[in-house]
Amino acid sequence: MNLTKTLMASTALTVAATGAFAGSHADMADSMTLVSWGGAYQSSQQKAYVEPYLEMNEGVSATWDESSAEAVAKLRAMNEAGNVTWDLVDVVASDAIRLCDEGLAMEIDHDDVLAPAPDGTDASDDFGDLIVSDCFIPQIVYSTTFGYRTDLVPEGVEAPNDICDVFDLETYPGKRALEKRPINNMEWALLCDGVAKEDVYDVLETEEGQDQALAKLDTIKDDVIWWSAGADTPQLLADGEIFMGSTYNGRLFSVIEEQDQPVGMMWDAQVFDLDGWIVPADLPEDRLARVMDFLKFATDTQRLADQAKYISYGPARESSAPLVSTHAELGIEMAPHMPTDPNNAQNTFLYNYEFWADYRDDIDAKFQAWLAQN
Amino acid sequence: MPILTEIKKQPMSFTLPVVGAFGAFAGIFVGTANGSTFLGILIGFALLAALAYVALEVLGTEREKQAKWGIIGLLVVLGVLLGGLPGLVLGGLFGWFFGWLVYWVGMGRYRAPLPPYLTGGQVLWHYSFRVLCGAIFVFLITPILVVMPLSFNAEDFFTFTPEMLRFDPEGYSLKHYRDFFTSSEWQQALRNSVIIAPVATLLSVSFGTLAAIGLSSEHVPFRRAIMAILISPMIVPLIISAAGMYFFYSRIGLQGTFAGVILAHAALGIPFVIITVTATLVGFDRSLTRASANLGADPVRTFFKIQMPLILPGVISGGLFAFITSFDEVVIVLFVGSANQQTLPWQMFTGLREQISPTILAVATILVAISIALLTTVELLRRRSEKMRGLSPG
Repeated sequence: MNLTKTLMASTALTVAATGAFAGSHADMADSMTLVSWGGAYQSSQQKAYVEPYLEMNEGVSATWDESSAEAVAKLRAMNEAGNVTWDLVDVVASDAIRLCDEGLAMEIDHDDVLAPAPDGTDASDDFGDLIVSDCFIPQIVYSTTFGYRTDLVPEGVEAPNDICDVFDLETYPGKRALEKRPINNMEWALLCDGVAKEDVYDVLETEEGQDQALAKLDTIKDDVIWWSAGADTPQLLADGEIFMGSTYNGRLFSVIEEQDQPVGMMWDAQVFDLDGWIVPADLPEDRLARVMDFLKFATDTQRLADQAKYISYGPARESSAPLVSTHAELGIEMAPHMPTDPNNAQNTFLYNYEFWADYRDDIDAKFQAWLAQN
Repeated sequence: MPILTEIKKQPMSFTLPVVGAFGAFAGIFVGTANGSTFLGILIGFALLAALAYVALEVLGTEREKQAKWGIIGLLVVLGVLLGGLPGLVLGGLFGWFFGWLVYWVGMGRYRAPLPPYLTGGQVLWHYSFRVLCGAIFVFLITPILVVMPLSFNAEDFFTFTPEMLRFDPEGYSLKHYRDFFTSSEWQQALRNSVIIAPVATLLSVSFGTLAAIGLSSEHVPFRRAIMAILISPMIVPLIISAAGMYFFYSRIGLQGTFAGVILAHAALGIPFVIITVTATLVGFDRSLTRASANLGADPVRTFFKIQMPLILPGVISGGLFAFITSFDEVVIVLFVGSANQQTLPWQMFTGLREQISPTILAVATILVAISIALLTTVELLRRRSEKMRGLSPG
């Protein structure tokens, strides 16, 4: 008994000592600039792993830059000016793929750099298919899905629970908010125009398929408000300006559970997407060492599970899922609010990175032209 | 002897349509708020025309007081029926206005302050000119005023909640102000702004004043060209300057430093100082500096004792512009600054894009209050100094 105690204490001491040593390591820079999205998402990162990391490493400071929305453009400019001031950048997977292709992000050996799962599984197996690019370190799975005003559901009608209810103006009158880009909208339109789910991208490859999707969107065009920032739909829902609208599921969670608005969640045909870190290419030695040290800590199994205490996005590691617990302030179980929860994930899409990388420019142009018509 | 304009009762064929038109205009808003614009116009017209008829023909001027109170009462009741408590306030205001309008138009009182020889068209122009000016004023001020009550919203949205419209204390809260004063991000942004703006102002004022004085003496060659270059930051689109500065400052190691942001803001502020100081220098009598030199003062002493006090108003107002430019500036700082130099406008910009949070409105309200205080102070100082120098009577 005594022996175990002594052993445990000494282990703890050694761990603490190495931790302190790592903190004052001469080869590591003592400040980091992290780039993220601001708002609730950034504060979940701050609480789940930045604050704990800074506590462990005294003398290190972290600065946030809320520039993820224009990360690609800014990194290009920084690279051109030869002055990259960012150390770690939070981007969506499609941006990570672009940055990796352009050589602006550093390629990473996931098993080497990231911590293994508690049971010893390699990081690359733990993240699995979510590593969509050699430069990308996934953090969360989020989804784009619909929220609707519960008090505006017509009497005697069931609340919307089918993606095609978005296109059903007769049963569910009122404005809809859709994102001002073709991605997701085109898929939903085809799905509700009789195209089978597995054929959606085959159809969307063709001119006729694209026209078919736009024709379907045409049927509700007069009742659509187009959004471009994730905060728009929650604001419109709170205003009662729209009946239903698409946005990121974490934003809807915040509207429903934290802000207590009369809004309901419709998970049908939600589109999964990934968000994660990239490390800018060619960082100086000392900054790179610091970032890698942070990255290993911030993406381990427990830290990713902790993040789910603050926001309803699913952790990207398979080993984190069982550790997801309750909301830090509200105390409610978070698992049922995760987009990956089996009840919510009965009918889902995964953002098709390959398809959209190939067709985005064409379909974007077509979509914008369609938007401009009356 | 002042010319008296004859005031006489106007015929009903004039009064009823005019008053009715005002009613129709008000009806547009009431109607739209309640679902039918067209119906609102019709009802507004009919109601006001009827009220005008009753007030002028049945009650007349002898019972003007009762008629006006009657109109207020009627519209208050209508307001409560349509919109509850806010409707009561609005109805009262509408009633007060229309009561006055009916007699003002119907009894021809609108002609009283005008010379008697004006034609109908001139009278119409006289008043529509004032209404237009008022409308411009309203359009400039309303957006600022709307922000203020919204910043006390108890919810996290840019929305007038039903509780707010009912003046229910539950609907109001100071939480967005608390958020501003306790959030480390906002406080850091405030600190950065408070460091950057005054230093940039100091630099702009010193350099701008010197440049203006130098450029106003005749013997400087290429005065116009130099002036044009110095003023150019004001004319070149900001985004162009910003991109240029970004690449230039990156190469010389100023990008992402406080020094860089301050220099960039100083360059933006200098034109304002040059313009205002040059304008005051036009009225400056050069023989004063010669007299001072004649009495044995060196140029530096002459500048601080003679010239500076006389051009001070121009320097101060230029400095004020420079300060506001730096304090409000978001484009340059987004390029030249990095995460460590986030200023208030930067924070507001990103906050507005990613997270529509009313904290921004609270900050805006605080900034508006500061601006008003600042301008009032400067104006009071200016008046005081003019009075002391005897430039203006009283």
